[in-house]
Formats: sequence, C-alpha cells, structure tokens
Amino acid sequence: MNTESTQRDGDAWAKPVEHLEVAGVEPGAKGINVAGRRPTSPIQGFGRMWQKTYRIRLEGAQASPAEVVAVWKRDFPTFWPKGNRFFAPLAGIQPGEVAVIDLSMPGHLKLSTGVLVMYADEESFTLMTPQGHMFAGWITFSAFRQEAVTVAQAQVLMRPSDPLYEVGMTLGGHRQEDRHWEHTLRSLAGAFTVEGEVSTETLCVDKRRQWSNAGNVWHNAGIRSGMHTAMAPMRLAARPFRRG
Amino acid sequence: MTETTVSLSVRTPDERTSVIDIQGEVTASSEAALMDAYGRASGERTRRLVLNFSGLEYMNSSGIGLLVTLLVRANRNKQRLLAYGLTEHYRQIFELTRLDEAIGIHASEADALAAA
Repeated sequence: MNTESTQRDGDAWAKPVEHLEVAGVEPGAKGINVAGRRPTSPIQGFGRMWQKTYRIRLEGAQASPAEVVAVWKRDFPTFWPKGNRFFAPLAGIQPGEVAVIDLSMPGHLKLSTGVLVMYADEESFTLMTPQGHMFAGWITFSAFRQEAVTVAQAQVLMRPSDPLYEVGMTLGGHRQEDRHWEHTLRSLAGAFTVEGEVSTETLCVDKRRQWSNAGNVWHNAGIRSGMHTAMAPMRLAARPFRRG
Repeated sequence: MTETTVSLSVRTPDERTSVIDIQGEVTASSEAALMDAYGRASGERTRRLVLNFSGLEYMNSSGIGLLVTLLVRANRNKQRLLAYGLTEHYRQIFELTRLDEAIGIHASEADALAAA
C-alpha cells in the first residue's frame, strides 16, 4: 500500500465526523439545522441524482488557478446573490470546518442550514451538505487552465434530500440554484475584472428516486426553519422565565 | 484540465465477478478511463465488481464523485460494488463521504471475493 499518497492528499480531506458541530462562524448566523446533523452524500438523498457544472472563462485575467481559488475561498460569501448569507468559519475554508447558511426561499421564507468543508486544496474545495439541506451531496469549486485561459468551475453532485425538496426542485428549485451559481461565478469573475458568460451543463445521473430515504423529510430544514420563525414570539415570551 | 494519470486493468476471476485494479490518481481527469474500465468489466452475467485500490496514489473530491457515479451505474445493472486495498487514510475518506454505506469494504481480495 502506498503511504506517500496518504501524505499527498492527507491534509486536504476532513476527518470523518458522525455529527456536525458549529464551533465558530461569523456573527449573525441563526445556526439552526446544523449542529448534530450528519453530513450526507448523494447516496443518502431521495430524489433523482443530478450533476450540474457551471463554468466561466476568465479571459484576459492573469490569475493562476491557485490564485483564483485562494480569492474564492477568502471572499466566498461576498460572491453570493443578495438575500443569501454564508457565515464562513472563523478559521476560513479549511477541511473539517463548518459554515452556516441562511437562504432566501420563495414567499420571503428563510431556510437555515449549513455545510461541512469536506475537501480543500490549492486548486479546489468541496462543501458537503448536512441532513435537512435541500439536497444531499456536495459542491466542488475549482479552477483549471484550458487553452491558456483560467476557468472557474462549480460542480454540484446531488439528490434532493426528501420528497418535498424533490417537488420543490422540480417546480423552480433547479432554476433558482442555477441562478445562484451563475451569479456566484459572474461575481468571482468580476473580482478579476472579467465579464463573461457562464456555461451550464446539467446531467441526470440517476432517474430513480430512493424511496427508502423518504423519511429524510423529518430533518427538512425548510419546515424546521419555518417552525423556528413561527415559534419566535413564544421563545421571546418565555425568556424572562429561563434560568441563567 | 490535467491529463489522466490513472491506469486501470480488468480481471475476471469468474463469470459473475470482475476486478478493476486501480493504479495512480483518481481525479476528474480519470472519468473516461474509469467508465471505460467499467464497460470492460461489466458483462451480461457480472454481478460483483471489485475495485482494487492497492495502487491508489491520490484521490480528490472529484475522484470520489466519480465513484458515486460508478456506484449508480453498477446499481442500475444490479451489480454489487466492493472494494479492497484501501489505506487507513482512504478508508476514512469512504467513511467521511459515507460511501462505505454503499460499497462493501474488505481487507483483501480474498475477503472481497468471499463476500456476497
């Protein structure tokens, strides 16, 4: 067995975790639906499995792939569309760190969830979703050289987590996600003073739904975020009676 | 994208079992080679596919994504996916990504072939 390989990519991977813990993120995060949740891969999801690839060519930029990814990691939240918040780990995007996310949903609803930094090296990083997220899977952000141009790429490999999300993704969720990452890539390109078009490739990897995972709906972060908001007045009223 | 740096060979210990020996790096650039190897390994009667990771030198998150895609193809064809030869490091990656819940991991080829 090759021990050298272990050293080469050893620092890039997070260690296995049974349940996520939120240690330190930027202030202001709701931080619900993350702590105690298990990370999920597409195998644990419910709906059809998709691979979506978004790319933008940074024509004219002199930045190397490593330089692009360094900026992407450092300023990750700033590239997101308005109304969506990524509360980065205080330690930065490093393997094993957990970030908290508040997403804008239709009807002025906010969905609170998070991600685990599953993998990070100089030219890519990957975020893995927890139980309750809209989808089970991961997103890899990377940059590479193609025909003497640096290309930035976001690639999602996922299944909607439960039947409700499957319906939601079909009824506009996929389009919303496409807009999210297209905006992100255009913003990233803007950081290198590049204006460009984002190419999007969508591939259905598996048409089957995994009905054995329909029970994932128990963790649905959309429902739980809605309940959390609805219960806010009661939590406020109970505050004077709390100890400590 | 970088050039592929993986070498994949296929063995068939019996008509229902194929072994894919992986040598080198499993990254996004390995996709064509891996799917080609799957095509060679997957016969009409193949029910078990064993991945030999003894020669794995490097794997990134795109490589893990390829294994998920391979798993989907194997499931679609009613084939069971097994693995052996993983170092402790790569066993941990399978645990982190929860691939170990879908791919049977074994210590040796003999153990993998004895399973199922």
